[in-house]
Amino acid sequence: MIVETGHYALVLALALALAQFAIPFIGARLNDAALMRVARPAAITQFLFIALSYGALTYAHVVSDFSLVNVIENSHSLKPFIYKISGVWGNHEGSMLLWVLVLSLCGALIAIFSTSMADRLRADALAVQGLLGAAFLLFILLTSNPFARVAPAPWEGRDLNPILQDPGLAIHPPLLYLGYVGFSIVFSFAAAALIGGRIDAGWARVIRPWTLFAWIALTLGIAMGSYWAYYTLGWGGFWFWDPVENASLMPWIAGTALVHSAAVMEKREALKVWTIFLAILAFSLSLLGTFLVRSGVLTSVHAFASDPDRGVFILAILVFFIGGALALFALRAGALPVGGLFSPISREGALVLNNLLLSACCATVVVGTLYPLALEAITGEKISVGAPFFNTVLIPIALPLAMLMPIGQMLSWKRGDLTAALQRLRIAFVVGVVATAAFGARYGTPFLSIVAAGVAVYLFVGALSDLVLRARGRSGLPSFKRLAGLPLSAFGTSIAHAGMGLTLLGLAATGWGVETIVAMKPAGFYDVGPYQIGIDSVSPRQGPNYSEVYAVMAVRKDGVTLATIEPAKRFYQARRMARSEAGIVTLGLGQVYAAIGESHEDGTIDARLYWKPLVTLIWIGALVMAFGGGLSLADRRLRIGVARRAATPALEPAE
Amino acid sequence: MSVEAPSLSLPRLRGRGDPNDRYLSDGEKSPNLAPSPAKRGRVGVGVLIAFLLLFPLTAHAVTPGERLADPALEARARAITTELRCLVCQNQSIDDSDASLAKDLRVLVREKLKEGMSDAEVREFIHSRYGDFVLLRPPVKPGTLLLWAAPLIALLAGAAAIWMAARRRAGFPATPAKALSEEERARLKTLGVSDLERPKS
Repeated sequence: MIVETGHYALVLALALALAQFAIPFIGARLNDAALMRVARPAAITQFLFIALSYGALTYAHVVSDFSLVNVIENSHSLKPFIYKISGVWGNHEGSMLLWVLVLSLCGALIAIFSTSMADRLRADALAVQGLLGAAFLLFILLTSNPFARVAPAPWEGRDLNPILQDPGLAIHPPLLYLGYVGFSIVFSFAAAALIGGRIDAGWARVIRPWTLFAWIALTLGIAMGSYWAYYTLGWGGFWFWDPVENASLMPWIAGTALVHSAAVMEKREALKVWTIFLAILAFSLSLLGTFLVRSGVLTSVHAFASDPDRGVFILAILVFFIGGALALFALRAGALPVGGLFSPISREGALVLNNLLLSACCATVVVGTLYPLALEAITGEKISVGAPFFNTVLIPIALPLAMLMPIGQMLSWKRGDLTAALQRLRIAFVVGVVATAAFGARYGTPFLSIVAAGVAVYLFVGALSDLVLRARGRSGLPSFKRLAGLPLSAFGTSIAHAGMGLTLLGLAATGWGVETIVAMKPAGFYDVGPYQIGIDSVSPRQGPNYSEVYAVMAVRKDGVTLATIEPAKRFYQARRMARSEAGIVTLGLGQVYAAIGESHEDGTIDARLYWKPLVTLIWIGALVMAFGGGLSLADRRLRIGVARRAATPALEPAE
Repeated sequence: MSVEAPSLSLPRLRGRGDPNDRYLSDGEKSPNLAPSPAKRGRVGVGVLIAFLLLFPLTAHAVTPGERLADPALEARARAITTELRCLVCQNQSIDDSDASLAKDLRVLVREKLKEGMSDAEVREFIHSRYGDFVLLRPPVKPGTLLLWAAPLIALLAGAAAIWMAARRRAGFPATPAKALSEEERARLKTLGVSDLERPKS
């Protein structure tokens, strides 16, 4: 009964989504306030119904209701409780339900928090949001129903894929979806602004917090996923340029560009057309990613063609929304007035260059991801586009971009002084050069790692020195009081950029990792970078729904044991699948990483042992970036209050 | 040891949700990897988590037994194998994969290096046998020109768009006509105006 209620709630949500689209949209055209007012309660109720539906599916998973196909295929009565909850989104149907849950949450957030804007803009934005919700609800109900029953119900489920039985599954997907789908808010506002025909700094002020919110969630989601891959997959890889990863990277890059161009638009009324375009692009790339992952087209063009119902449906959604938004853009963008003017050497100019480089990165990732599919579809030729390609073409764009970041911070709006900006960065330059030399002396190779690490250090110091310089009083010394008086967004920019520097340093340091692949003898110690690792014991152990063999290893330096790690090899009975649990210990900013494999009759056990210097900076940097974004968001929130009085009249429809 | 270690040579974890797979046990499914068209199901997992699914559990891609005694030769072998695709995997180098075919290729690469082939010769040898698909760095040829040129095209197109947008507003002066003189500046100061911004256009 609960399951049927959930199914029915989903159908009702579809009806509400259609109402949320049609009634306010018509109201906005007729300028009927009563009809437009329907948008907010509709959006909130739609969210509540989808939440009810989602709760029903979660209930079915928690009580192991094996009359549901979705539960049979992804759960097991012995599965730990937390994975019964997170397993709800560890499959196609459930993850699509989470997708629409987040989408409707975004609609509800607009309805609740966007009190300060013109009714018509909000009505149109919520109408677009409603239409998006209707499309994806229809997709779930017609092609991916999570509430499908089966009779007779089996006694036991097939369990969740072991790789997904990890705390990572509990955190990563919701964050990533919040980011992915969060861009729908920006998309809806862009479409609404194009429909209404008015776009100004007030509009940029409305979308900036939402953009930042989605960007922060996506940053954290990608970082979390990457760390999850790192500790789960057993050899310490954290990014593979897999199409599914690229699917999350594309909207992130576009979103990063959008955060910056929206800043220009808000401050200077410039780059309007471009900002609107990016707002459409960021969510379009989210939709493209959803299509790539959900349609099966990645596995093979032929798989897509032979089992096309889901793929074609999402493709239709994709074409309708992206095509519709771009058509609207083409119709209306030309009529937008030219905004504030600026000289090429200025903060705006630097941000234009930033957007150019980011767009080139984004285009490269899109082309690299789609090219093999397109080539195979057109010529039948099969090629692979892997990590070597992306590294080769993206590094020459990314490193100059990193060089540019602190310079852009130092330039003033409208007309900047490049020489002065470079002079203010001289400490950063000097520190960067010294760091490059130091890394070169310490490691020698690879060249690229040393250069990238030097750039990273320069970026970190340069980003933070902006704060120090701005806190300088008349005496020329930075004062704490002045520092505290700086706007939060200044901290946000500097800290986010510094975070990028940290991540870049962590990435560069992967070139200095040490790997030892060895059949370990019980008594021996093996060198891994500055440490020695030896096995104390190897024993079996029983978990709730798996059995495992684990090794206790001691990590030593100069004869002193610093830590013990327990890499394990697990076997999940229900799926007859194995997974490895890496043994990891963080020492300083680096990590010792161990994974075990086959044991042999002579008592040795195959192991891969790694020393990964500075590797934690990759994820620490992402956390710092997100924190910087959060600071800016906090600042913007204050500004929304200011904008409330200034922006509302400007956004009134010009009847 | 009471837990007899099951074979860890895992097939690529494929997307789930294919009705054809539903009632097969995992053992019956796909111990081998060349996916038949019917088995290539939709990728049945969250966008985010799916990429994890797409990678097999390769605890042991390169095993100790495969390694060459000569560290220089082994380093060369690793450099080559990280750029060769595991043909039966989703998107993995043979260096990372523990599929048996990947292992065979790793051993083959090492044998050829031991026979004295240069790196380029080994790559060419593998390429001639398995085609472009095996190269994770696609070869530059007519079919891939657009791929390799994409970043440059994007940069040039973007630069051109910026240049055109700047020209379109060329009628407006991009910089203030004339900087204020010291005298004007001082007078402004007496009037209590600190911000020298022009009024918005």
